[in-house]
Amino acid sequence: MSEAHRHPNQPDVEDSPVTTYQVMARALEDLLIEKGVLTPDALRRQIEDADVRGPANGARLIARAWTDEDFESRLLRSVNQTAPELGIDAGTTPITAVKNTRAVHNVIVCTLCSCYPTMLLGSPPDWYKSGAYRSRVVRAPRAVLAEFGTEIGADVEVRVHDSSADLRYLVIPMRPEGTDGLDEEALAGLVTRDCMIGTALPIT
Amino acid sequence: MSARFALGETVRVRAAYPPGHVRTPFYVRGRTGIVDAVAGTYRNPEELAYGRGGELALPLYRVRFSGVELWADGAERATDSVVVDILEHWLEPAQGGIG
Repeated sequence: MSEAHRHPNQPDVEDSPVTTYQVMARALEDLLIEKGVLTPDALRRQIEDADVRGPANGARLIARAWTDEDFESRLLRSVNQTAPELGIDAGTTPITAVKNTRAVHNVIVCTLCSCYPTMLLGSPPDWYKSGAYRSRVVRAPRAVLAEFGTEIGADVEVRVHDSSADLRYLVIPMRPEGTDGLDEEALAGLVTRDCMIGTALPIT
Repeated sequence: MSARFALGETVRVRAAYPPGHVRTPFYVRGRTGIVDAVAGTYRNPEELAYGRGGELALPLYRVRFSGVELWADGAERATDSVVVDILEHWLEPAQGGIG
């Protein structure tokens, strides 16, 4: 094989330099354990809990909202107080549901960092945390949505919600046409993570 | 602490640029919007970030800005909007509506 055709090796995780923040996080973890504030076991459980969270909980809430108007009203008033009706823990950080209509399409972002309703959607996708998404979606939301394959009509207002530190948002997408015969579980299957962020529409 | 601004009121974000852990994005500073919701009271993250108490809870507002107010001719569509969570100490009354 000639020199020109050599492929670079994929770097191993320890090949990149350790950053200040990684060192600080590690030092903090060691201190909390040494001082008995946390145990390694408690930390492991937290990480495992975070790993199993995914968008399925959010999708169940949306499917119930599509089939039960009163539930939807309660969800719009308080996601945190209403989610336990389905056995879902939405945590203590207040989550506000924003409902898509024929007049308004909602999209969520955190321009300052990466605030996200992790209790209902799991860990955010990498693009949600990228500088490109965070800076562009407030300025040119239609161009960003188009890159996701999502076209919003000219007669619909695109409303972008920029979370700060204290509130999180969950988009309630519009129920797709022609889904009258579907039960709640089948409806939940149409609700993707991205349509609860607002960058996509439910599966049709 | 009772909220100084009401739902539907026109407010302006202070055009201030203090250093530190500030939770008001640059792109709305000096801009005028409408109070979309009065969203409860929260301890000030600009204090909490430095280990100070921030005991005085501040009202938090969801303020809606039009695309044209934020980006002028650069807005994709004048009627699209951005809603931003802003603590009360960043807001002042706006005279003469949105300009």
